[in-house]
Amino acid sequence: MIESFFQETGRFFVLLWRVVAWTPRRPWDLRQLLVQMVRVGVASSPVVLLIAMFTGMVMALQIFTVMARFGAERYVGSIVGLAMVRELSCVLGGLAMAGRCGSAMGAEIGSMRVSEQIDALEVMATDPVHYLMVPRVWATVLMMPALVLMGDAIGIFGGYLVAVELLGANPVTYVETTFQYMEMNDLVSGLIKAAFFGLLIAVIGCQQGFFTTGGAEGVGRATTRAVVVASIAILISDFFLTKVLF
Amino acid sequence: MVPAPATDTPDGAAIRWIDVHKAFGEKKVLAGVDLEVARGDSMVIIGGSGTGKSVLLKHVIGLLRPDRGRVEVDGVDVASLGSTELTGFRRRFGMAFQEGALFDSMTVAENIAFPLRRSGRLTQAETHARVEECLEMVHLEGAGSKRPGELSGGMRRRVGFARAVALEPAILLFDEPTSGLDPVMTGTIDELIIELREKLGSTTLTITHDMASAFRIADQIAMLCDGRILVTAPPDEFRNLQDPRVQQFLRGEARGPLTDDTESAPHETGESP
Repeated sequence: MIESFFQETGRFFVLLWRVVAWTPRRPWDLRQLLVQMVRVGVASSPVVLLIAMFTGMVMALQIFTVMARFGAERYVGSIVGLAMVRELSCVLGGLAMAGRCGSAMGAEIGSMRVSEQIDALEVMATDPVHYLMVPRVWATVLMMPALVLMGDAIGIFGGYLVAVELLGANPVTYVETTFQYMEMNDLVSGLIKAAFFGLLIAVIGCQQGFFTTGGAEGVGRATTRAVVVASIAILISDFFLTKVLF
Repeated sequence: MVPAPATDTPDGAAIRWIDVHKAFGEKKVLAGVDLEVARGDSMVIIGGSGTGKSVLLKHVIGLLRPDRGRVEVDGVDVASLGSTELTGFRRRFGMAFQEGALFDSMTVAENIAFPLRRSGRLTQAETHARVEECLEMVHLEGAGSKRPGELSGGMRRRVGFARAVALEPAILLFDEPTSGLDPVMTGTIDELIIELREKLGSTTLTITHDMASAFRIADQIAMLCDGRILVTAPPDEFRNLQDPRVQQFLRGEARGPLTDDTESAPHETGESP
C-alpha cells in the first residue's frame, strides 16, 4: 500500500517533468492541441455549466432560508458569489472533469498501451509523452480556467434567479451585494486552482493509461483509478492551495 | 564470448546480440543470447510461445534494455543511447506488430502517413504519393480512407507493413506476422515479406512459431530455447538437424525434450514486464 503510494507519486512527478521537458521541442502538434482543447473544453462545457448553475441555485435557496432567520437576506448574493468563485465552481467542475476527461484519457491511452500502439509510437521515433501527453495536459490546463470562469458566471446567475424570481429578493440589492465584497484576488485564485486541478486530472489520467497492464480488465482498472486518484488529489490539494492562496 | 568492438563496416553484422541476459522479476527470460544477423539477410527466430522471442526483438529497438550483455545495431550499442539519440536511431527501423498496432483514431492512410509526417522530410503532396505507393506495395490500393476497425486481421497486418516500410528503413522487424491467420493468408503475408525485402534491400528480422512461414522467408533460422540460441542454420540445413529439441519443434509433438524439462526452463514467462 505505502510502496504503491510512493511508486504512483514518483511516476506522477517523472511524467510531469517529461511533459515540461518535451513541451518546447519540435515538432509542435498544434492540431492535436486544438483537438484536445475541443474535446476537453468545448465538449465538457454543458456538464460543467449545468453543475455550476444548479450549485448556484441550491446555494441561494439554502442560504436564503438560513439568513432569513436573522434578517440578513441582503447578504445572500455575496455569499453565493464568493462561494462559487472561490471554491465551488473549480472544485465541483474539477471533479466533473476528472470523471469525464481523466477517465477518457486513462481508457484511451490504456487501450493504446495494451494493443501495442504506444510501442508503435516509440518505434516510429515518436516519444509517447510528447505526442500523447503534452497536448492533453496543456489542453486541460488551459481549458479548465475557461470552463470555471463560465461556471462562476452561470452559478451567480443561477443564484440570482432563485433569490430574485423564486424567493422575492430585491434584484438591485442582490446584484450590488454580489459584487460589493468580491475582490479580483477571489476570482484569480479560483482560476489558478482550476488550472492546477486541470494539471492533476490530465497527468493522472495519462499516467494510469501509460502504466496499464493486463488487457481489457487492465484498461477498466486504469479508467477507474484515473477518476478516483484525480478526485482525491483535487480534494486534498484544494485544502493546501486555499491555505496558500488566500 | 568476448564483446566485439563497435564496427560500422558496410559488410559487417547489422544486428548483434552479445551475451544478452534479461529477467522480469524472478522470471529469467534471456540467459546469454549470442546471435548475429548479417546485413541484407533475412533472419527468422523461432521458438515456443513465451520463450522470449518478442523480448529479443524489443531489445533491438531499445524498447527493452538488457540486464547484462549488449545489443549492437550497425556497431552501435543500443543501451548506450540517450532518449534523443534513440529517437533518431529508430528511424532506421520499420517494425510490423503482431496485430498491426494501428492507431484506431486514424484512417489507414493517416496511419501510413504518420511516420512520414513525424520525420518532417516530405511535403504534403509527397506524403500523399508515398502513402499511395505503400498501399500499392501491400496490395491494398484504395483502402486509404478506411478505419482500422473495418479491416480484417490480414488487412490490418498489411497496413502495418505499409506503415513499417513508409520511410524505407534499413532494417525491417516483423513480430509474429502470420499468427492467427489462415494458411492462404499466411502464404500471402510471406510473399509480401519477401517482396518488400527485395524491393527495399532491407535486413529483415522476423519472429514466429509458424515453421512453414519460417522456411519460406528465411535465409537463416535461429531457434530460441531456454533463454539461449540453440542453433542457427539455413532452412535446408535446419530441416535436417538431428537435435531432438529441433525435431520436436518441427514435428509439433507435445512430448519431448522441449516439454519434459519444465522446471529448469524459463517457459511460461510473459513476454513483457
